[in-house]
Amino acid sequence: MADERVYSAPGDVIEATQPVVLVNRYRGFTRINHWITAGCMIVLLLSGFSLFHPSLFWLTSLFGGGQTTRWLHPLVGLLLFASFFLLFVQMWKLNLPRREDMEWSLRIGDVLKGHEERLPELGKYNAGQKMVFWSMSGLIVVLIISGIMIWEQYFASLVSIPVRRVALAVHALAALAAILVFIAHVYAAIWTRGTIRAMTRGTVTGGWAYRHHRKWLRELARRRSTGPAE
Amino acid sequence: MTTERAPQPVTAAANPPVQPLPSNLLPSDVVKISATSHVPEPERRLTKVAKLIDVSKCIGCKACQSACIEWNDTHPDIEENVGVYENPHDLTPEMFTLMRFTEYENPMTQELEWLIRKDGCMHCEDPGCLKACPAPGAIVQYSNGIVDFISDNCIGCGYCVAGCPFDIPRISKTAHVARKCTLCSDRIAVGQGPACAKACPTQAIVFGTKEDMIAHAEERITDLKSRGYENAGLYDAPGVGGTHVMYVLHHADKPSIYSGLPEAPRISPVVEGWKGPLKTAALAVAGLAAAGAVLHGIFAKPNQVSAHEEEEAEELVEDAADHHGGEAHESGRG
Repeated sequence: MADERVYSAPGDVIEATQPVVLVNRYRGFTRINHWITAGCMIVLLLSGFSLFHPSLFWLTSLFGGGQTTRWLHPLVGLLLFASFFLLFVQMWKLNLPRREDMEWSLRIGDVLKGHEERLPELGKYNAGQKMVFWSMSGLIVVLIISGIMIWEQYFASLVSIPVRRVALAVHALAALAAILVFIAHVYAAIWTRGTIRAMTRGTVTGGWAYRHHRKWLRELARRRSTGPAE
Repeated sequence: MTTERAPQPVTAAANPPVQPLPSNLLPSDVVKISATSHVPEPERRLTKVAKLIDVSKCIGCKACQSACIEWNDTHPDIEENVGVYENPHDLTPEMFTLMRFTEYENPMTQELEWLIRKDGCMHCEDPGCLKACPAPGAIVQYSNGIVDFISDNCIGCGYCVAGCPFDIPRISKTAHVARKCTLCSDRIAVGQGPACAKACPTQAIVFGTKEDMIAHAEERITDLKSRGYENAGLYDAPGVGGTHVMYVLHHADKPSIYSGLPEAPRISPVVEGWKGPLKTAALAVAGLAAAGAVLHGIFAKPNQVSAHEEEEAEELVEDAADHHGGEAHESGRG
């Protein structure tokens, strides 16, 4: 079939046109995958914070005490890594930078003011989302590597003590960066109304797609009219 | 029965009191607590104590190790003989002190010297383990200088291992808590000196007030110098504010020849940075970002899709269908 996907992923499809256009943005698998990752992230943030600063040590009681927190945190870390890896495989291609991302980034002021009409038409992801995606990907790699280096229970003798000191500092700094990215991600999803349903129901409205990801919508509309590649 | 508390021991050699006496090392004698910023000012200050290990007097008999095992009721594994004198191979969660042996060829005299150093916790005045520890109350320092691990509060994370400039703490694989020499805090509490010092047949290990131990070390150093060890000296690690376990070394200019005793131990700047004010700053950054996001979320205008855009979308989808003659799917419009 000549109609190749450039801006959309398999499963992205216009589901209905009445009463409003509904576009499938994330299939069930991706959504479950996302929420497992999100759950792991929240557990990791809370347990990590509890060991990060003495004033937050009380958070360990959420997990049944300091000892439990100490063994739980790295295990959930592994789960998050595996879960995020699956997300990565599904999403990396559409997160590759494109020409329009530069223009979008230069007009970040208009983005924040909500003047979407002044922005270029975009595929499935804008440059901000791509930044979130790539920085999270990079940070998670840093976190898992430094995390294994400081995993006392199983990797106590993996690296020398001086390396371990650096790994501890790097782990804390990368975690802080991940928290900032996490906040940006959650905030953007809430501020941009109509976004969260993409990860709950799996669909967005046509208007949402038209406003934020028009190239993506155009491609789906074109594919719809020419029929699926059966 | 008397309510009088046990006296502070000032020597390991003197016979201690034998009648039961209440502990004289009280929770209120704690001056530093891990992961705790505010420690109440103690009512009294105990005299600083120290253990002095005179390396030149040590004969490598390991009586100190045996005494340590016996007093602390630890059970080190029986290991393989791999042709070295160290036994066990390293400090372990069950072995708080270890004789380390080095065969050193002195380049000045061309003579072989057998250097034996009793390794173990140095009880730093500024303890890196305590600084690195994230668990409140897992590591404490008493006003007499003893640094002690309180296992009930320990979470077994191993941060103390990274914090220690001397590579001392070991994490138990079964109990998942950090372990090390306590300087026999439980003996000192009842007027007795440390078990290792008590057991040492040559008095290479002596115990007393820090002041006395420094004075004793000076005598020893003078003696060693008179015997030709011109670089003899006291190892008291100023980089960590001094230690409550000190060495008399015949080659104090080269501590590292004694099985890698650190030349200038100090808490790593990486640990200082990671555990210092940066941590509070990082927390503030995260908190501000979260608060900023919430405030902006409440007060800023949300990015909303308009009804007009919904119509535009419908048109766009319709147009695409019309454009292609709609041969495949009818859009379902009535």
